[in-house]
Amino acid sequence: MSETLRRSDAPGGIDLDRRPDRAGAIKSRLTSWDSIILVLTALVLLIASVTVDNFGTSRNFTFMVLDLLPIILIALPMTMIIVTGEIDLSVASTLGLTSSMMGWLWNQGLSIETIIPICVLIGAVCGVVNGFLITGLGLPSLAVTIGTLALYRGLAFVVLGDGAVADFPWNYTGWVTGTIGGGAVPNVLILIVALALVFGVVQHATPFGRSLYAIGANAQAAHFSGIRVARTKFWLYVGSGAVAGLVGVLWTLRYSSARADNGSGLELAVVAAVLLGGVSIFGGKGSLPGVLAGVVLLTALQNALRLEDVSGQALNIVTGSLLVLSVLLPNITTAVRGNWQRRKLRRAAAAR
Amino acid sequence: MEYAVLRSPRTLLSVGSAALLVIGLSACGGTTKDSASNDTAAGGQASAAADPNAAIKEGLKIAFLPKQLNNPYSDVETGGGKVAVDELKGEYKLVGPNDASASSQVSYINTLIQQQQDVIVVAANDPNAVCPSLNQARAAKIKVITFDSDASKDCRDAFINQATTQGIGESLAKMALEQAGADGGEIAVLSATPNATNQNSWIDVMKKELAKPDYAKLKLVKVAYGNDDDQKSFQEAQGLLQSYPNLKVIVAPTTVGIAAAARYISSSSYKGKVAVTGLGLPNQMREYVKDGTVAKFALWNPADIGYLAAFAGAAMASGQITGAPGEKFKAGKLGEYTIGADGEIVLGPPTEFTKANIDQFNF
Amino acid sequence: MTVTSDRSAPADAPLGAPAPKRLGNLLKTRELGIVLALALLVAYTAIDNPRFLSGQSIRDNLLNTAILAVMATGQAVVVITRNIDLSVGSVLGISAFAVATLMSDHPGLPMAVAILVGLAVGAVAGLINGVLVRYGKVPALVVTLGTLYIYRGITYSWAGGSQVNADELPRHFLTFANDSLLGIPWLVLIAVIVVGAGSVLMRNYRVGRELYAMGSSPAAAELAGIKVARNLLGAFVLSGALAGLAGVLYAARFGTVDAAAGTGYELNVVAAVVVGGVAVFGGSGSVWGAALGALLLTVIGSALAVLDINQFWQQAIVGALIILAICADRLVAVRIARSLRKRDAHV
Repeated sequence: MSETLRRSDAPGGIDLDRRPDRAGAIKSRLTSWDSIILVLTALVLLIASVTVDNFGTSRNFTFMVLDLLPIILIALPMTMIIVTGEIDLSVASTLGLTSSMMGWLWNQGLSIETIIPICVLIGAVCGVVNGFLITGLGLPSLAVTIGTLALYRGLAFVVLGDGAVADFPWNYTGWVTGTIGGGAVPNVLILIVALALVFGVVQHATPFGRSLYAIGANAQAAHFSGIRVARTKFWLYVGSGAVAGLVGVLWTLRYSSARADNGSGLELAVVAAVLLGGVSIFGGKGSLPGVLAGVVLLTALQNALRLEDVSGQALNIVTGSLLVLSVLLPNITTAVRGNWQRRKLRRAAAAR
Repeated sequence: MEYAVLRSPRTLLSVGSAALLVIGLSACGGTTKDSASNDTAAGGQASAAADPNAAIKEGLKIAFLPKQLNNPYSDVETGGGKVAVDELKGEYKLVGPNDASASSQVSYINTLIQQQQDVIVVAANDPNAVCPSLNQARAAKIKVITFDSDASKDCRDAFINQATTQGIGESLAKMALEQAGADGGEIAVLSATPNATNQNSWIDVMKKELAKPDYAKLKLVKVAYGNDDDQKSFQEAQGLLQSYPNLKVIVAPTTVGIAAAARYISSSSYKGKVAVTGLGLPNQMREYVKDGTVAKFALWNPADIGYLAAFAGAAMASGQITGAPGEKFKAGKLGEYTIGADGEIVLGPPTEFTKANIDQFNF
Repeated sequence: MTVTSDRSAPADAPLGAPAPKRLGNLLKTRELGIVLALALLVAYTAIDNPRFLSGQSIRDNLLNTAILAVMATGQAVVVITRNIDLSVGSVLGISAFAVATLMSDHPGLPMAVAILVGLAVGAVAGLINGVLVRYGKVPALVVTLGTLYIYRGITYSWAGGSQVNADELPRHFLTFANDSLLGIPWLVLIAVIVVGAGSVLMRNYRVGRELYAMGSSPAAAELAGIKVARNLLGAFVLSGALAGLAGVLYAARFGTVDAAAGTGYELNVVAAVVVGGVAVFGGSGSVWGAALGALLLTVIGSALAVLDINQFWQQAIVGALIILAICADRLVAVRIARSLRKRDAHV
């Protein structure tokens, strides 16, 4: 993929903003996109709870958290991967494969307590395969993960066919859909917060996290400055696979239905949310809070529109437009700002 | 580039063994399929007594949630539902996902709960995946009627069955015999998905019928699956004819399959040699009935399913019925219906379509 | 990403450099591999069931390949410029629905009009993609992922649950898919013309070589005075227009068109292109290789049905093939790089 996306490929030299003398400007722009998305999210939540009937209820809150659960969890490692300039499109298929395996193993009579770690492990193994092909053999991640997208989904169907396994124990399925003490806070929110904290700290407060940005900005330079580029990327894919495996388990329990087609198409929603959150597809830029806001924005918008009886078709258009705009708007603002500054300089020169 | 990963087998080994340890520890004891089989989700609501004389309430909010939008078959079903809701002076609503996936319906059910509908009429994409949400709906005093494709019976109040399984299976076998002619011959089934509940039970009945002496000359050579996907069904029909050159009849008990098979036959050299029959929509099949590819096929009237479902839902929301077997209610132009075992309401026998009558139907 | 870019650099070099013959040979072996795989598969299936080689069966396989091959041609051109077009499935959908609606409303229109309308609808969709990529400076992956959603959403809103059935379409439109010229169905003929023209354009014409150059090194292409903007827009318009043409063929062949037509096709098209030997990082591969990839994928699908292999394996096999194909490309690239280095050392 990499190459497909390299910014320098877009012949038009937006390479400009890699220049050191513009570093400050980029930084401010970056923070501004983060804040734009945060403000936008807050605004959508506020407007929706005032104007949309039944939006601001605690039950709707639970529904929303359950709807955003898979996207937000997979987005955590995906953010890191995209920051290093790679991509993982196989996550939804990994989810499907673990869901299938979960159903199959359950039918074999294994206990659910055994199945869950096995499923997370299966997800991690899927990640190992991706990681090996990409870092070990040096293949482009876009092509590899499109391949494993088909492969893992295919294997999911091989394992479980078109059937569904449904008789999972109530104390597990009920936990996923339930709330703490029957109150307003869904059980899975604990999981989301805990994982988001772990990933947030790793990405923003550790040398490992900083090295991701270095890799994304210039992998060669990162390599020469002692960062183990291949190894770092490899573990990111393993982590991404493991999280996708965990989400496969949660998905299966939430719908109490293990199926091979679970989560199909989710990879696009995750990538859309991450990009919307201000992560650059070229790598090197982006923050986790922005991504979290992006996920919440997408989910809240869809939820509110559905409550207002806007059709699912329109949701498609909104999602697609947001995705394009999330990259287009910052580009336009930069161009306009650049233009304006140049004109100001010219005017100043003329006045002199 | 460095192959750092390959050089660190120790890391991999340690991670692997740690994971195995976790599994090993958790493997002793725990919840398995056998031990869990007894505790099912507790859902639903206490059923009140039915009052057969209760008047149908006006202004009931009745929402239809088909398997997916933009499917011509469910459009006809929900269209019938709209007619009924208008007759009942209720508020009609139609929502649904674009894809027939198991999980996408859940968000819509949740939305309908939030909107406090009175009745949800749903065709379940997965009998279990929608269950927790449907039970939440019932806990919120919403009546749940399933149609077309049932949910688990402990998470809905009634199910509108298009026709009895027995009736459809017999009718399929009978049509196959008619098409094969006096000499009989090889027949094949082109079904939906390998696990489609409806199709499988019909095929089972059909097989039992074929075992009877009347059908001795028919030989069922293969059951193929087109996954209710147009192209896949098309390719499977091709495959059947390549594998079984002496095939006389393709029986497709699914609207997608029969249309794809008919389209393939009508444009190939097999036209006139291989007959197609099964369950199909008149509008999709008209072309092939008129060009002689298809002589006869059958279907219940889908509009009546939606119509009946709306009336059943309204009767239930008004307290006329609770879903218990033996209760009776009136369904407008369709007359009186009785609830059968497991809350099933059977619409009636399927209609057969031929060149003579097909122009009378528009769905 | 970056890592792969500097690795692939030597592999890209010979395109403009003085060793086209050698590279041509290597690429030939790459495409020869697909032909061999195809021959093996057909032979194995035919031994199991000789009817697989019957006239009807060959005709069916070619008809099924036609639509995919037309789309793969456009996709190959876009991928060669180091971009990607994921919106093709949605473009097929919008064009198929537009043309089917038009033909059912005006049954008197000739087939040529249907084809032109399909091409035009697709070209507009492709132009929007191209403008956003070039002038909006949004990467192709993001743009076409977005328009994948948008075009599909527009089709859904427009169709609003309606469907165009075979009996609403004029007869000449439907028979177009089955009529043939000299025994070759029109659909196949169109696909052959598109693939042939695409191959010649990319191989023998200046603009084709410029597209390769842009894919090998965008910056160098610009410095060399290539009209990058014009060519890039052209590539996207071509991909869109061919997806639009595929929509017309789809409507004619299947007769029943709803808003979901072509959903998920983008994966098959990208798979065909990658399996056919077009490198995802641009600059190498050929249009007819992509068409061969489309043929291989289609034949696998029908062979599985004939061999009575569990159909669920199909997708897994496609995935494995994609990975195999990019591994093979990598191997070829490494070998070229090595041979170049050796030669340089001698000079």
